[in-house]
Amino acid sequence: MSQRTLTLQIFRHNPRDPDSQPHLQSYTVEEIPGMTLFVVLTRIREDQDPTLSFDFVCRAGICGSCAMVINGRPGLACRTLTESLPTTITLLPLPGFELIGDLSVNTGRWMRGLSERLQAWIQQLAPANVDALEAPMDPDVAEQIYEIDRCVECGCCIAACGNARMREDFIGAVGFNKVVRFRADPRDTRSDADWYEIIGDDNGIFGCLTLLGCQDVCPKGLSLQTQIAFLRRKMVTASFA
Amino acid sequence: MKVVYSDVLIIGAGLAGLRTAVAARQRGFDPLVLSLVPAKRSHSVAAQGGMQASLGNSVRGAGDSEDIHFEDTVRGSDWGCDQTVARMFTHLAPKAVRELAAWGVAWSRVRGGDRQVVINGESVTIHEPLGAHGLITARDFGGTRKWRTCYTSDGTGHAMLYTMGDQAIAHGVPVLERQEALALIHEGGRCYGAVVRDLITGELGAYLARATVVATGGYGRLWSASTNALINEGMGAALALETGVARLGNMEAVQFHPTAIVPTGILMTEGCRGDGGLLRDVNGHRFMPDYEPQKKELASRDVVSRRMAEHIRAGKGVQSSYGEHLWLDITGLGAAHIDRNLREVKEICQYFLGIDPVKDWIPVRPTQHYSMGGIRTDYRGESPWLRGLFSCGEAACWDLHGFNRLGGNSVAETVVAGMVVGEYVADFCASADGDLPSAGAIVQEFVEREQGRIDAILTSSGDESPTALRRQMETVMMDRVGLFRKADDLERAVSELSDLLRRSHWLGIRNRRRDANPELVAAYRLPRMIKLALTIAMGALARTESRGAHYREDYPERNDRDWLCRTLAVWPAEEDALPLLEYEPLTVNTMELPPGFRGYGTRNIIDHPDTPARETAVETTRQTVADPTARQEAIMPFLHLLPERYRGANQRFVHPTSPEN
Repeated sequence: MSQRTLTLQIFRHNPRDPDSQPHLQSYTVEEIPGMTLFVVLTRIREDQDPTLSFDFVCRAGICGSCAMVINGRPGLACRTLTESLPTTITLLPLPGFELIGDLSVNTGRWMRGLSERLQAWIQQLAPANVDALEAPMDPDVAEQIYEIDRCVECGCCIAACGNARMREDFIGAVGFNKVVRFRADPRDTRSDADWYEIIGDDNGIFGCLTLLGCQDVCPKGLSLQTQIAFLRRKMVTASFA
Repeated sequence: MKVVYSDVLIIGAGLAGLRTAVAARQRGFDPLVLSLVPAKRSHSVAAQGGMQASLGNSVRGAGDSEDIHFEDTVRGSDWGCDQTVARMFTHLAPKAVRELAAWGVAWSRVRGGDRQVVINGESVTIHEPLGAHGLITARDFGGTRKWRTCYTSDGTGHAMLYTMGDQAIAHGVPVLERQEALALIHEGGRCYGAVVRDLITGELGAYLARATVVATGGYGRLWSASTNALINEGMGAALALETGVARLGNMEAVQFHPTAIVPTGILMTEGCRGDGGLLRDVNGHRFMPDYEPQKKELASRDVVSRRMAEHIRAGKGVQSSYGEHLWLDITGLGAAHIDRNLREVKEICQYFLGIDPVKDWIPVRPTQHYSMGGIRTDYRGESPWLRGLFSCGEAACWDLHGFNRLGGNSVAETVVAGMVVGEYVADFCASADGDLPSAGAIVQEFVEREQGRIDAILTSSGDESPTALRRQMETVMMDRVGLFRKADDLERAVSELSDLLRRSHWLGIRNRRRDANPELVAAYRLPRMIKLALTIAMGALARTESRGAHYREDYPERNDRDWLCRTLAVWPAEEDALPLLEYEPLTVNTMELPPGFRGYGTRNIIDHPDTPARETAVETTRQTVADPTARQEAIMPFLHLLPERYRGANQRFVHPTSPEN
């Protein structure tokens, strides 16, 4: 493969600076084999422009920190190889979240707020006795829960959601996925009537327009389409109960 | 001046910090957690393979107990750990895993009946007892005599951290994100909290608390190749070091994981080998049985890493444009197993290497992975030199791991330590010592000092680049303070790091903004990182023996006679050029398991003179005292050191005597 010169068009804006105007800034980087956007952005900051803001933590596709819009599509920058992209790469911050600066957005506060609204934790009647043998769980059920639990709260599904653009309080696929996760968990004591109280409205399950951008972009390949359809059926049933 | 009060200030929102916060909240105190990143992005999330706890539900774990877990941990540490802490830990690990089960971790479960597994490269049928169906299962890991590592596929850290994060939210624990502690506020041997910088606005504040807990993880990013997340720069240990009072323990004890991918250094879990994966060389030869015929690929991590490096030195490495490596081969495990139990491994291979581990071998080599050293504390998690300063998890050295940590003992330690230290923090807060005296002048002084440091960097006319100096530091650590160590390398490392520390006072930065400014952050962290690097290099130079992961080519024997001790590092005054080293002895005459041979390679130990007598004494007690509780009390009592609520015996599944059940 002949070596390419990459042109990065990167969104720049500091919302705390009254003089800052949102704009795209251009950088060029020589591509090397196996190069990821993590390597590209780190090099730009170290060698060309120390003012550039972005977020990487694990740099292994595990922690969900580095979601951004890569050539029009939300994704995890750390594991995106430049060889999978054309020579011109446009990077924008995830929409739908508070902008901290440049490519850095505040997903943490948003996700915590979501968990608080949904009470997205196991709700039990009594605390466990940690000395005693644990309650058994069917191995298949445990695997199903983990399958849903693999969400990394990166925010890609919110960024790709048309409805989230229109409704600020829409819980989005990440929220639906959490509900399905706890609903599937035999340790959680909530009934569908309880869940209906939380998500049975237009900011919840009945607001989803089934555009399914979430399904297209989820970096963990979660079955969001299936979960949303399933949850809507259950909530419609609950509404007549 | 912004001043924020809480009962317990916790720096770091990984598993250890969050569990401590929940414990404090459950006892009625107000915790406040600070984190560089959103809690669920902490490095705990990257733990893959699992958490050791001696539940013994799987047939391959039958007969497991706290006793065997304890012995494996002590042997793994090469007798460098605090055995009392190891006892406390192994007693609590089953409780921790069960608590997490109740809180929501979807632990992989025993499937009763026959199943196929791969052991030593062979497919074998094992029969799981039907009565254990649905209990928490375990996989094999290195250096353990039983299958003891509880797991959730290979996303164990993710499952644990998300559950713990959810519980912190459920308990109303506030987590302030993008906040960095710059200094501990202290006077007269009492810690009052920390000076904290908001990484978005740049504002400094004083966060005052009855108790301060540092749970910031390890210091892997001092090396140029590490499996660690980018945030693991050792800043918690540096906070303690810069007090000039608190001591760091065993900083030279640094683990290299055998299987990180080349070149990015991303971890491939030990579960790969635990589940039957093999290591191969340039000729496709499985070489570990040549070196370690008993444990093979599942020897302790320090041993496997050294054997791999040795094999590469012998010319058996695979050449690549990123240097030499070896192969991790999990193709024998089959697609179904990999898709179910090693899915992160598969995803990482696909995205970062463009290969499919179901049919392709994975390029790996030993890479910095874990910091056994850290802020020295007692068994309660408190610094003996600074009242009110606590630490737990990888940031701390209460000394569970000695000179080598067993795989699966790190995430287990985080939650166990959070349970223990959280209770003792609460006890401290409830005691007369826990009252927060008014400390106005000293608080002002510390905040102004940190503001002064930042102002000095922002206005400096220095011409040293933080990026360039940092790369040099990383290279020194990689080349001279790595897997194999010797005097001349370490001497050069100390001198080069000292030079870098001097130069780091003349940093010049191009970005002079006071708010979010990554270059400023890099600049103020750099001297702290170099100071830590110096404690490591000096500790390694002084320790003229080989123990666990600290391997001296010029002193290959383990020397219990002269070096059965813990290194303590302190940096008395800011203007000092080097840390001071002190030592605290490990006492053979109080050990439950007196120093012995780990069983790797050939025996190469200079014995401690007290060892034979202690062996006899322990053995005599074992023979003469029949009651297990009384026996433990006579040999090495530990239950009284645990918080009362955690002293109960752990119930276990009783395996049937007939294999048909």
